Amino acid sequence: MKKYSVFSLIRQGLRRDAEWPRAWRNPDPKKTYDVVLVGGGGHGLATAYYLAKEHGITNVAVLEKGWIGTGSVGRNTTIVRSNYLRDETGHLYEKSMQLWQNLSQELNYNLMYSKRGVVSLGHTLQEMRDIARRVNANRLNGIDAELLDTEQVKKLVPMLNASADSRYPVLGASYQRRGGTARHDAVAWGYARAADSLGVDIIQNCEVTGIRQNGRVVGVDTSRGAIDAGRVGVVVAGNSSVLAKMADLRLPIESHPLQALVSEPVKPVLDQVVMSNMVHMYVSQSQKGELVAGAGIDSYNGYGMRGSVSIIQGLMAATVELFPMFSRLRMMRAWAGIVDICPDASPIVGKMPVDGLYFNCGWGTGGFKATPGSGWVFAHTIANDRPHPLNEAFSLDRFTTGHLIDEHGAAAVAH
Amino acid sequence: MLLIQCPWCGPREESEYSYGGEAHILRPENPEAVSDEEWADYLFMRQNPSGRHQEQWSHSAGCRRWFNVERDTNTFKILSVYRPGDPPPEINDGPA
Ligand SMILES: Cc1cc2nc3c(=O)[nH]c(=O)nc-3n(C[C@H](O)[C@H](O)[C@H](O)COP(=O)(O)OP(=O)(O)OC[C@H]3O[C@@H](n4cnc5c(N)ncnc54)[C@H](O)[C@@H]3O)c2cc1C
Ligand SMILES: [Zn+2]
Repeated sequence: MKKYSVFSLIRQGLRRDAEWPRAWRNPDPKKTYDVVLVGGGGHGLATAYYLAKEHGITNVAVLEKGWIGTGSVGRNTTIVRSNYLRDETGHLYEKSMQLWQNLSQELNYNLMYSKRGVVSLGHTLQEMRDIARRVNANRLNGIDAELLDTEQVKKLVPMLNASADSRYPVLGASYQRRGGTARHDAVAWGYARAADSLGVDIIQNCEVTGIRQNGRVVGVDTSRGAIDAGRVGVVVAGNSSVLAKMADLRLPIESHPLQALVSEPVKPVLDQVVMSNMVHMYVSQSQKGELVAGAGIDSYNGYGMRGSVSIIQGLMAATVELFPMFSRLRMMRAWAGIVDICPDASPIVGKMPVDGLYFNCGWGTGGFKATPGSGWVFAHTIANDRPHPLNEAFSLDRFTTGHLIDEHGAAAVAH
Repeated sequence: MLLIQCPWCGPREESEYSYGGEAHILRPENPEAVSDEEWADYLFMRQNPSGRHQEQWSHSAGCRRWFNVERDTNTFKILSVYRPGDPPPEINDGPA
């Protein structure tokens, strides 16, 4: 891997950027791999990187049906935080939070992780009780969280309409200072480049069409031919049920469209990520100056990369109510990605009933922040054929045992 | 935005309705008698297909009645609408 640095930038600049090396190779698939990962999103690429780096398993392929980064990893609104309610989720997301801290340095790729703070507003007394409970739970788990009252919120976010006669009075908020945003495509590209340099084959335009079994998993069928594999890890987010069907499994997952939109770029007006579960909106300002906003999922199952305009209308109505000055902004683009929702709003990361088959899915509306930790525990699970203590509780059989991990409060509109 | 034909009220826009997920899931006759796996299957496991999906909708801001819709989850095209208890209509719309 050619190291990126200020010197390489100057050197290449003087040569009119003519000699930048490819960031990753473009190999043809081999006949056999020790591990095949299906899905070149953030989680699949991170898994490949940690398999190679932490476990020395480098005979690995990542098979991606399109181009890497074109799934939800390149469509999300880039919010990073770890203030989840339950112990299991708190520790899992916190693992990611810790990896984020110097991931740019580790991958030698600027992920633009910005600790701008995440403010989650409360508008009713019950919401404030839930927020206080979550803040306390976070602190007991060693995760930074603060409870703010109305005056503190006003001071922190002066553009917010928190006046007493506003339609959605702001009674307070939770605040996670280490939360913020990161550049989503850079996460995919940074992991891809680092994994590739450790020997992982990233194979694009290679759609997996079947999972081959012979008492256990022996490989996959793809649009570029059959590939043998000792182990197969499926990391396809919105398409998880489709892949599960190839192995005759059903998952407790529904795929839904999730929409977002951005405004024209303006000078800095909003320093934090601000979200409101109650009125279904969240907004932050990108480094380019655009306001990035989103809401909850479209209610119906869907694989088409678009949603209904009623969601956008509701989101915009709530946004201009909370930030009246934004009413003058023009919106530039809206889009959707497909998210895989579990009934308890927590992911499934672990072994499947078929030997040699592993799934990492169900991250729903909030998996971007989890990319590093998810890849890290999934690599451990595949390498050792058993979960890491951090993801043990996130097994498929929790839906049979009843040990659900309910995160609806921390993971519905909030991503 | 979907335009959905309520079997009783006619076409109305999606925001008058609420979604109820996969249709034709039957509650086990005798819940005490089924295994944990069967109960989990009933409660949580879903087909979630890419393609044709039979699903439940309620006209919650209208007549408040439930009914079934068959819809393509890729194109979002509504293929048929039918009342509870009725069999899904035959659809000749090419492969799902
Ligand atoms: C609008 C929107 C906003 C969001 N906002 C946030 C946020 O602010 N914070 C946050 O934490 N999370 C957010 N999320 C959720 C987050 O983006 C996802 O949970 C996460 O990206 C999913 O993991 P991934 O990156 O691996 O998925 P993806 O990038 O979707 O990767 C899956 C890949 O699998 C590939 N694939 C599918 N089928 C096959 C096949 N048969 N063969 C080969 N390859 C296949 C796909 O092409 C895709 O590239 C948001 C999502 C959306 C859509
Ligand atoms: Zn009606």
